[in-house]
Amino acid sequence: MSNTAASAVEPKRASAPAARGPATSAPVNAALSRDAKIALFRTMLRIRRFEERSLRAYQAKKIGGFLHLYIGQEAVAVGCCSLMGKHDHVITAYRDHGHAIAVGMELNPLMAELYGKSTGCSKGKGGSMHYFAPDKNYWGGHGIVGGQIPLGAGLAYGLKYKGLKGAAMAFMGDGAVNQGAVHEAYNLAALWSLPVIFVIENNGYSMGTSQARSSAGELAKRAEGYGMEHGVIDGHDLYEVRAGMDKFLRAAREESKPAVVEIRTYRYRGHSVADPDNTYRSKVEIEEYRRTKDPIQVFQNTLLVEGVLTDALIEQIDAEARAEAETAAEFAEVSPYPTPEDIQSDVYWEADNPSQRKSHGRLFFD
Amino acid sequence: MPIFTYREAIRHALAEELTRDPNVVVMGEEVAQFNGAYKVTEGLLEKFGPQRIVDTPISEAGFIGMGLGASMLGVRPVMELMFWSFYSVAFDQILNNAANVRYMSGGQINCPIVIRGPANGGTNVGATHSHTTENVLAHHPGVKVVVPSTPADAKGLLKSAIRDNDPVMFLENTMLYGLEGEVPEGEHLVPLGLADVKREGTDLTIVTYGRCVHHSLAAASILEKEHGISVEIVDLRSIRPLDIDTVLASVAKTNRVLIVEEQKPFASVGSQLAYMIQREAFDELDGPIHRLCTVDAPAIYSPPVETEQLPNPRRVLEAALRAVAGSE
Repeated sequence: MSNTAASAVEPKRASAPAARGPATSAPVNAALSRDAKIALFRTMLRIRRFEERSLRAYQAKKIGGFLHLYIGQEAVAVGCCSLMGKHDHVITAYRDHGHAIAVGMELNPLMAELYGKSTGCSKGKGGSMHYFAPDKNYWGGHGIVGGQIPLGAGLAYGLKYKGLKGAAMAFMGDGAVNQGAVHEAYNLAALWSLPVIFVIENNGYSMGTSQARSSAGELAKRAEGYGMEHGVIDGHDLYEVRAGMDKFLRAAREESKPAVVEIRTYRYRGHSVADPDNTYRSKVEIEEYRRTKDPIQVFQNTLLVEGVLTDALIEQIDAEARAEAETAAEFAEVSPYPTPEDIQSDVYWEADNPSQRKSHGRLFFD
Repeated sequence: MPIFTYREAIRHALAEELTRDPNVVVMGEEVAQFNGAYKVTEGLLEKFGPQRIVDTPISEAGFIGMGLGASMLGVRPVMELMFWSFYSVAFDQILNNAANVRYMSGGQINCPIVIRGPANGGTNVGATHSHTTENVLAHHPGVKVVVPSTPADAKGLLKSAIRDNDPVMFLENTMLYGLEGEVPEGEHLVPLGLADVKREGTDLTIVTYGRCVHHSLAAASILEKEHGISVEIVDLRSIRPLDIDTVLASVAKTNRVLIVEEQKPFASVGSQLAYMIQREAFDELDGPIHRLCTVDAPAIYSPPVETEQLPNPRRVLEAALRAVAGSE
């Protein structure tokens, strides 16, 4: 295991500070039970161990295509998704594993999807970039930068149209902010007061181009042009993410107010696993983030200070997360691939529901 | 049977479905207060209110994508594109999101959306506003594509499209909005994927759809009177799903085929049809399949010349004579 040197759960190496800002005592965090805090820590760790295991599977050529790892950004998805109520919805881009686990998807079907197996969450038809769980209000997993953002506005439109008190969180990377579709969605959300939070997960790089080289001005501040609320949150601290997002989510749910929120975070891995990551940033920079800002380590230290976690409990949770990821890989390994016959199912609702089909004629061609 | 225009028939379909299903909303540029750029939605705002009839900014990628997102939650948006030509700025939403979300989610998510508007040339608006997009849309599995030619078909197909659980691209024609025709009273549904023989004949099958149906009907009556040629006209009505069986039955009867379409020739709907007809009815053919398309160039502005760039009754007549003679 090449990645253990910077493992988040080795207390001896932990130099990241514990959280001690005002977010710690924010009501949304103060209300957390001991078990709830442990569950948040566990979810972050499960994401990391899942992704580390998927990286090994990728290196062993078990996984095709791209693998965009979320490692380093875990507090963002876990913090945001932990605030979801019954009518809150999530949509994101292709770096979507963290959100999937944060909304409660099981690791087995997620890993099997990476392996292209029929037991995958999308039956092996979507792949890494296209995880969906509508039963958990998770609407993907989208491959085109910024293309999911109008859909996020549409989820909010649907909530408002149906008179439901909920909010949509539409996640994007910092590279998406310059796409036209994003600005069109901003305008619609502000114009019609849609309950949507546009969450920019700013990891500093749109693929290999730094923010300074790709985006003019301040990212969240662009909301001002649309008369929208905006804010910046430290994404390395789970409490900060929860406290910051809670405010915007409440305004969305209760007053149907949209907002643009930039959450500052960092990814340790390349844009995708195929990115050699040696042209646009230094190893020193990456190590500095790992050493001082790792979101799992920050939260771990916070919970150690709070007396919620102990070294023994950390070890136990970590062992369970590793075992769960390993089990997922074994599940994926032994699962069957879809068959060539499966290629043409799940294209049209009507084709998949022939007894209810009303149209005539050929839907498929050869 | 009452007579209505094509425009009124579409409006009636919208009104009936808005009344039937509270999840149906009509959205687009100028659809509400302005009463529709082509007056298709005239009076709907007054009747159904601003929650159901919604003016959007000029922002096709934004509002088409927004409609798709809402459709995932069970809203049934009917989105108007002022011209289908503007689909290019919403292309990613239509072809990556509408067409693919069901598939990429392993069948977990439907997008019951209708995108409608005119897609035609002939109005001297030049190359940017005259695209006929049915071939490009139909190229993408996951979407359905409908092109009605008559008021009755427009009404019946639109009602079916709105009830469909898959995304349906509904292509109208500004040159047909004023066309009058009989529309059955009461609940009138035309299923997608069912072609209609608009004229029976024995010597030549013209396979066509949209406005070209009317050019073909005009040509057919001259062919009958002046040349003694009996033409059968198959109106596809729906491009995907495609009723190839009705086409093949007609080919078996006439043994000669002319495809007429307002499409550029390369990779057109007619290209697909020609492939399928030769593949499935080779032995029925007495000669090569002929095709009449738009002349292969961007849409010209010059009004009298645009008429010659597009299929028209004279061009159909000449193409039909060539097809029957088996000559080029």
